[in-house]
Amino acid sequence: MNRVAIAGASVGGLAAAEALRKAGYTGAITLIGDEPRPPYDRPPLSKQLLSGQWAPDRLDLRPPADIDALGMELRLGVRATGLDLARRTVSLSEGADVPYDALVVATGVRARRLPGTEGMAGVHSLRTLPDALALKERLRPGRRLVIVGAGFVGAEVAATARELGVEVSLLESGPVPLAHAVGEEAGRFMTRLHLEHGVAVRTGAVVAEILRDGAETAGVRLADGTVLPADDVLVAIGSEPNTEWLTGSGLTVQNGLVCDEYCAAADGVYGVGDAARWHNRLFGTDMRIEHRTNAAEQGMAVARAILGDPRPFAPVPYFWSDQHGVKLQAYGHLRDHDEALVLDVDPEGRRLLVAYRKADRLVGVLAAGKPPKLLRAWRALIAAATEWTAALAITAV
Amino acid sequence: MKVSVDADKCVAAGQCVLLAPEVFDQREEDGVVFLLDEAPGPDLHDGVRESAMVCPAAAIHLAES
Repeated sequence: MNRVAIAGASVGGLAAAEALRKAGYTGAITLIGDEPRPPYDRPPLSKQLLSGQWAPDRLDLRPPADIDALGMELRLGVRATGLDLARRTVSLSEGADVPYDALVVATGVRARRLPGTEGMAGVHSLRTLPDALALKERLRPGRRLVIVGAGFVGAEVAATARELGVEVSLLESGPVPLAHAVGEEAGRFMTRLHLEHGVAVRTGAVVAEILRDGAETAGVRLADGTVLPADDVLVAIGSEPNTEWLTGSGLTVQNGLVCDEYCAAADGVYGVGDAARWHNRLFGTDMRIEHRTNAAEQGMAVARAILGDPRPFAPVPYFWSDQHGVKLQAYGHLRDHDEALVLDVDPEGRRLLVAYRKADRLVGVLAAGKPPKLLRAWRALIAAATEWTAALAITAV
Repeated sequence: MKVSVDADKCVAAGQCVLLAPEVFDQREEDGVVFLLDEAPGPDLHDGVRESAMVCPAAAIHLAES
């Protein structure tokens, strides 16, 4: 093991590199990233960066000296374009192929776009720092922003834009925002929070057309004929894994690079972060997770596997979101739950605790406006695959 | 090893407390990190380095001599 190539220079790729060095690996590491900027953090893009609270430098994942100390060959502003499994090389958008003994696929996801809106002035995505800076430029008091998609990115931008005095419409195609991810109760809780803060939430809203006025964006027309005038439109309808470069390589790509429970996709090839679908033994299911913490943990797990100490990667997933001054935190695998049981909700709508059941076990917990330490006990119960009634009895004490 | 934390960046995930409970703790009310030990002994270094790696806010900085 003398040459590790890492495709993707964000959280997952960087964590793999750091963990390799920490474990004493002294061979070559080539870190390939399509963005020209050294690794930076994305969660603040929709919050502190967009609000103007933080300058871009604050998003650096590590100080430059720490990146230098890793002794990597940095190929930034360069895309991985192909993979030859037999020759063990990665081809790039520029320059010579990169040979590897082990390859980490950490190419992440990109924002999904509405067809036909590429390059339209006033139509935004939010995935990268340039995306966030472009949107920030446009958010001024009294301007009108329509956000298509009330997932976490859309909801966080809605909250930040309201702080900036922007008039915000938040469109959700289903009956309740976030219901598919966290259940209807939590979705309704977040909806109330938006409404209280002056966000115009519209459910059952399907976009038919982005309206133009010359070169500018004029608004959105919905399928039911409603016209929402807007100066800007943010399209926040989820993301797509950056896996096209693996097409024809022989690897299996199916809504992400398919990996086993050790995060291996083939001999010497591993998946990390948002682009990887792997088997999480703890929940007995394949998952692809776009969470900040998962990318780092998976990068570390893959580094161990590369160095000959593979262990099943079976974490309790974690995510958080900050909206309108309320912190939402969740542990576990909330999707596909059979029951979402509300254990606490206050009449003011500032506090919420929901437990999630799948079959006969506790698989997740979500809290809003609660002391974060409270969730540690829940996390432990999820990690121990605790039976549902037993878990509720323990936490009721 | 000298540890420092940026409380302003902290997102209260508590990953550091899971990995190195001797070094990190969270404030009761908002879960923001605080240090129990700014210069942890060698037996704690692994957990602290892992904490810095997984911190979802990149809020932990280590100066290693």
